[in-house]
Amino acid sequence: MAVRTRGLTRRFGSQVAVDGVDLEVPRGAVYGFLGPNGSGKTTTIRMLLGLIAAHAGEIELLGQPMPRSAARVLPSVGALIEGPAFHPYIGGARNLRRLDLMDATADPATSAARIAEALGRVGLTAAAGKRFRNYSLGMKQRLGLAAALLQPRDLLILDEPTNGLDPQGTREVRKLVRDLASDGTTVLVSSHLLSEIEQVATHVGIMVGGRLVRQGPLSEVLAEGTPRVVIGTPDVDVTHATLRRLGLEPLPPAGADVSARLGSVAVEDVAAALVQAGVRLRRLDVVRPDLEDFFVSITGEGFDVLR
Amino acid sequence: MSSADVTTSTPDVRPPARRYPGVLWRQYRAETGQMLTRRRNLILLGVLAIVPVVIGIAVKVSNPTGGDGPEFLNRITGNGLFLVFTAITVAIPFFLPLVVGVVAGDSIAGEAGLGTLRYLLTVPVSRGRLLTVKTLAVATFTFVAVLVVAIAGLVMGAALFGLHALVLLSGDTVGIGDALARTLGVVAYVGIALFGLAAGGLFVSTLTENPIAAMATTVGIVILSALLDAVPQLSAIHPALLTHNWLGFGELLRRSVSFADLTRWTALHLGYAAVFLSLAWSRMASKDVTS
Repeated sequence: MAVRTRGLTRRFGSQVAVDGVDLEVPRGAVYGFLGPNGSGKTTTIRMLLGLIAAHAGEIELLGQPMPRSAARVLPSVGALIEGPAFHPYIGGARNLRRLDLMDATADPATSAARIAEALGRVGLTAAAGKRFRNYSLGMKQRLGLAAALLQPRDLLILDEPTNGLDPQGTREVRKLVRDLASDGTTVLVSSHLLSEIEQVATHVGIMVGGRLVRQGPLSEVLAEGTPRVVIGTPDVDVTHATLRRLGLEPLPPAGADVSARLGSVAVEDVAAALVQAGVRLRRLDVVRPDLEDFFVSITGEGFDVLR
Repeated sequence: MSSADVTTSTPDVRPPARRYPGVLWRQYRAETGQMLTRRRNLILLGVLAIVPVVIGIAVKVSNPTGGDGPEFLNRITGNGLFLVFTAITVAIPFFLPLVVGVVAGDSIAGEAGLGTLRYLLTVPVSRGRLLTVKTLAVATFTFVAVLVVAIAGLVMGAALFGLHALVLLSGDTVGIGDALARTLGVVAYVGIALFGLAAGGLFVSTLTENPIAAMATTVGIVILSALLDAVPQLSAIHPALLTHNWLGFGELLRRSVSFADLTRWTALHLGYAAVFLSLAWSRMASKDVTS
């Protein structure tokens, strides 16, 4: 396991921010770490990296206990935590240089070359000398990624790496993550962009209210979700009635189509019943839930911050 | 990519990364370089350099003949070297503590406020090492600040009044070499005295992620100490106050320097530094970095 926690718990005052989390990120995985705002993802990541103390539980990064082995483990871990942070009045390259000089495991002889390579990898070569404060949000994010790539890493922990990036930049980050993963780097990536995660992740974990409610290979987690039947028809009322007769509850309408979770009812029986009821069909589809459907089914539709 | 690609067997743990020697020196250089090139800090040092320049010009123009004004003031016209001591005397109650307070207060809180603290710690730089590097850099800056006043005073004094054999406070005269050695002694004494305050600033800086609050609190320590020092009813605690012996460098301008006093005062300053640094360390070691 690249990351393993047991019963990881952290309170802030009376509020339990992270509650008995057993994270398991296999080596070589791209692990999508999901959850609504305030669900405890960032607190978990900060504990993994030894920035805040756990109140209970154990953490292993790359097989070593944290935070005890931080000096040994962290050189192999690149991290982007809650957005990039650099000194505003100096340039991107100088910021990286500062971090590299601080690293006991960084070879001073190769520093300049590694900085140039990292900047090139995230497309910032042209802006290397520009002051950080004059960077756009996307450039700042790229510099944060470059810092994580200054040294060869076994594990990358990327908190919202595509935040603030334009579609082009988002694609590049996705490609970067894929490239790194194909080199054998384990990537733990948290994101709100579920379609992003779905495209790159091999594994997912979903946090809700401080608990890790689901975790596993993406395909297995998605297979848990019940497929929906989607019906295109002008006879909406009759369709609703027919579905209810079969024991299916129509989902809140999204667009012109009617849909319902299939559960144990076979789709051919739905089709037959609709035809029998004289419903005029434009289309009838079975839709496997995507990650977003699944995520919403677990975390709820609500927009409100839970805690 | 499917889940089947994932390696489930645990590969060998990478051996501990090689550590390149001289890392403390590199870290210290990077940190000190950053402190000494930051524009705000250069402006502060510039303000310190102006102190002896202004005094020198004022004295040259008005030629005071004793009476009021800071110690040594009326001796400047006779010997430019006294401009150094006058400038330090003028700068030590406020300007020097302000400059040291800003830089020391900013040291950790500034990184926390920017969010760079979390990235330094995950480089990784251990918390103890980070505090060590910051302490060394702040100490360096403190001495540089005193040196700036001294050098500006020396240059200005030499230009306006010339440097001569030094007539000590005791009335004896010593040669220019001896005089410069004593001046260096003054710089060292004041630097150590201010380092006691700088350590306080480092401690305050570990308590907050708001650098301005840390700077203000650090300067507040000086004001509090000076206030207590001005209350005659508290004379019992005066000798132990942080700022009480800051002007004790005058001792170095007597013929037979009382090293017993100087040692006692220096020990007090270093004691303050030790207490503040221990507090800073204990806070740093247990601090949750949530910024």
